[in-house]
Amino acid sequence: MSGNVIEIEHLDTRFGDAVVHRDVGFAVRRGEIFALVGASGCGKSTLLRETIVLQRPQRGSIRVFGTEVVGLDDEQALPLRRRWGVMFERGALFSALTVSENVCMVLEEHTDLGPALRVEVAAVKIALTGLPADAGPKFPSELSGGMRKRAALARAMALDPELLFLDEPTAGLDPLSATGIDELVRNLRDALGLTIMMVTHDLDLLWRTADRVAVLGEGRILGIGTMAELSRSDVPLIHEYFYGPRGRAAREQAWNRK
Amino acid sequence: MTSTTDPAAQAIAEIRPGATPAELRCSGAWVLHALGALERHIAELPVARERELHIDASAVSAMDTAGAWLLCRTMRRLEQRGATVHIDGLRPEFEALYRLVTSRAPAKAPAAAAAPGTLERIGRSALESLRGAVGLLAFVGEAAVALARSLASSNRMRWRPILYNIQKAGFEALPITGLLSFLLGIVIAYQGAEQLRRVGANIYIVDLVGLSMARELSPLITAIIVAGRSGSAYAAQIGTMKVTEEIDALRTIGVGPIDLLVLPKVLALIIALPLLTVYTDVMGILGGMVMARPQLGVSFATFLDRLGDAVSLTSYLIGIGKAPVFAVIIALVGCYQGFQVTGSADSVGRQTTVSVVQSIFLVIVTDALFSIAFSWFKL
Repeated sequence: MSGNVIEIEHLDTRFGDAVVHRDVGFAVRRGEIFALVGASGCGKSTLLRETIVLQRPQRGSIRVFGTEVVGLDDEQALPLRRRWGVMFERGALFSALTVSENVCMVLEEHTDLGPALRVEVAAVKIALTGLPADAGPKFPSELSGGMRKRAALARAMALDPELLFLDEPTAGLDPLSATGIDELVRNLRDALGLTIMMVTHDLDLLWRTADRVAVLGEGRILGIGTMAELSRSDVPLIHEYFYGPRGRAAREQAWNRK
Repeated sequence: MTSTTDPAAQAIAEIRPGATPAELRCSGAWVLHALGALERHIAELPVARERELHIDASAVSAMDTAGAWLLCRTMRRLEQRGATVHIDGLRPEFEALYRLVTSRAPAKAPAAAAAPGTLERIGRSALESLRGAVGLLAFVGEAAVALARSLASSNRMRWRPILYNIQKAGFEALPITGLLSFLLGIVIAYQGAEQLRRVGANIYIVDLVGLSMARELSPLITAIIVAGRSGSAYAAQIGTMKVTEEIDALRTIGVGPIDLLVLPKVLALIIALPLLTVYTDVMGILGGMVMARPQLGVSFATFLDRLGDAVSLTSYLIGIGKAPVFAVIIALVGCYQGFQVTGSADSVGRQTTVSVVQSIFLVIVTDALFSIAFSWFKL
């Protein structure tokens, strides 16, 4: 098996006349934390949705675990979907179920664990995401934003996936909760050997966790590399992204920590 | 997940007694999809009552968090029996995972909440109903106060939403209410014809259809259809707005949710429902008329001639007079249930159902009360 978990090539996406991606291509290596960044509306989330087979590009190839996913229907995508977990931007927890039931539901669908073990495994996942034990029987509406993200992460990890997709894992969180998520992402990768692909705006999160970053803009990949490499890039859009007032602060902080 | 894709690691997960009674050997892939069988296997495992046990995990070829938890749980159970347990030979990467899970895992399984007994359930649902009734009453009061305030200053009245709601709940309901009352008229005439023909009182089909439609059935069927059509929509709309915090947003902007969302609906329905009832009166009687001619030989001209005598103005007005009362019930129950929604998609569905059931129930109860009151006053 090659070292790449995701390989995207020559990807074109259009909505009507609006071109979102033009010949986009990159690869995500096994065990790395890969981040996709870019301005709002540049098609990051669309790219993520195409990778997890919720949306279909006009042209191009997306291979996940070496399997072509473009054009798969839900049934064909199932074996792949059991190997990856997705955390949606707003959590997308089932509001009628408790946090524990949200995780158990996935286990019930896809494994033959007994009910007691299912609840215990769910409790372990919930604990791994740093939620207190009493969060399990709570409903999503009773949780704070940060806790809801963690609960969503627990559900995404229910099947012990090899690959995690995170859509804006820190959006809408206070700095303290966001820092918690940073560490969580790193720890999970280190402890469980996950490959993580995330879409984010959060420069702090990028500096702290991402191994490699791809900058999407004007419908194509403007640059790809480590944060340090990208911050030296002279492509105007990338420069702007990293050297705007917020980018500078995040970068300085990252340097100070080193 | 660590090397789960490696075929060599796919060996079946096992735990079995080792060379000595004090030894257990684990092997294979301790990963999620294998755990169901493994768990049952562990439950049947004969374990010697030794004070000290060794688990040899050197043959474990793959492990994920769920597998680590099962190992951890097995160990904890053995320890509970009073044994000291050592795990040896775990590969370093699995060792790290195992330590992580052990350190994070809750000490004891979360206890499931005990199911309430029958008595408790009866008590709870009684309290719930009582609270619901009080809440509805409070809501009626709130709406009345808001209405009084709106009436006091006429520029606070929101005419545009009122007109919009009249169109939605009234005008757009014309086809369905018309069709159903027409069919109802046919059914009543058909059922009545058989009895009337026997006694030769054919012409009284007009009294039967005219009175039963105008006085009872047409207001009732219209109210029930509107409750199902518009009452549920009110509950769903306000409920969804509550979930998305739009209600709170209205409040912070300084617009009373009741002023904007409830009053226009109530007023619109008070106007639309009597009008719809007049229309369904006509359609229902038309249905009866169409059926009376082939069944009883009552011509259209004779039918219409008799209609004026059969249905007194009082009966007709009583029928229409019920409609505004039903309108208030439907609109207020629908809106009230919308406001009862709490944070989840499931709750929107539940309250919508409750709104329809409750408003149809209240409409029929009110209709019965009307009948009792009218018989009291000999109307």
